Amino acid sequence: MTAGATYVPIATQTLGSAVSTVTFSSIPSTYTDLILVFTGSVSAGTGTNFTLNGDTGANYSLTYIYGSGSSAGSGRGSNQSNAGYEYMPTANAIHTNITHFMNYANTNTYKTILMRLNGSTVQASAQANLWRSTAAITSIALSAPSANWNTGSQFTLYGIAAA
Amino acid sequence: MSPILGIYASQISGHLVTNNYSSISTVTVGSGGASSITFSSIPQTYTHLQIRFNGNISSTGNSFQMQINGTSPTAYWHYLTGDGSSTHAGAVSANQIKLYGAYAGTTAYPTAGITDILDYTNTNKNITVRTLAGSDGNGSGEIQFTSGLWINASTTITSLTINPGAGTFTQYSSFALYGVR
Repeated sequence: MTAGATYVPIATQTLGSAVSTVTFSSIPSTYTDLILVFTGSVSAGTGTNFTLNGDTGANYSLTYIYGSGSSAGSGRGSNQSNAGYEYMPTANAIHTNITHFMNYANTNTYKTILMRLNGSTVQASAQANLWRSTAAITSIALSAPSANWNTGSQFTLYGIAAA
Repeated sequence: MSPILGIYASQISGHLVTNNYSSISTVTVGSGGASSITFSSIPQTYTHLQIRFNGNISSTGNSFQMQINGTSPTAYWHYLTGDGSSTHAGAVSANQIKLYGAYAGTTAYPTAGITDILDYTNTNKNITVRTLAGSDGNGSGEIQFTSGLWINASTTITSLTINPGAGTFTQYSSFALYGVR
């Protein structure tokens, strides 16, 4: 077996001003997985989302589980034009999210994305997203519809390499 | 990366680039499929192990399950699952630890998972394994948390074998083993 350093920061964006969309582009295809770490908030309650490679076709779906503090539940969305990211119903409430884009550069398979989400005022949850595309992921655009990502929100993209 | 107006890029330094998370071995299944994959001769120099898997099984509805050191002692598996409409929890006693035990989709929809094996060289306590795994099938699928216990306290982990409950892992399925210091 061989060993080497594998958990590599690709880029960090810490917002100096509020924006509605944060984009990571020109993502290298040299890793096995990507991990996106988010901590931050939005200016108004919204359901955030992301698109991959600018694809706005109905190629996204997800299955999720959540605990709201008083109950647990599960749901899903199908044939969506973007990928469900974090439900952020309260303005300025801090959320965290760690998202794993598995085998993101494999051009033979659809992409499964695993996510752990925590909201300071709403819920803890996890979800599996599917992007029905065999393209390698080269860009990720995270949007807060009818709102902005607040100043100070931070997004860091890491690459995980394989042996 | 392309610069974004209004966004400051900051640099990260520290443990993430200093070999504290290391790739040990990766297996990608070839065109013939694989009935199991094995990581053997696992170094004893890390504190924890992590497996990252992404793949498909030829027979729908099966599982990703793991055998430790080629043996089949008593193991326990607890799970919490969301199936898109409701939640389920349960526990199973078996001779392997399930990493994912539900949908395990068709060839078009990969099942992905991240498994942490904690303190795998400690010979004074049983080994605990935890996994977040899921598979979405655009109208089907599950997301699942699991916790596994391998009752064999006196033995350190030197090999891991992952197999589907039935069928084979199909081409392009990948399994990567990492060591955490």
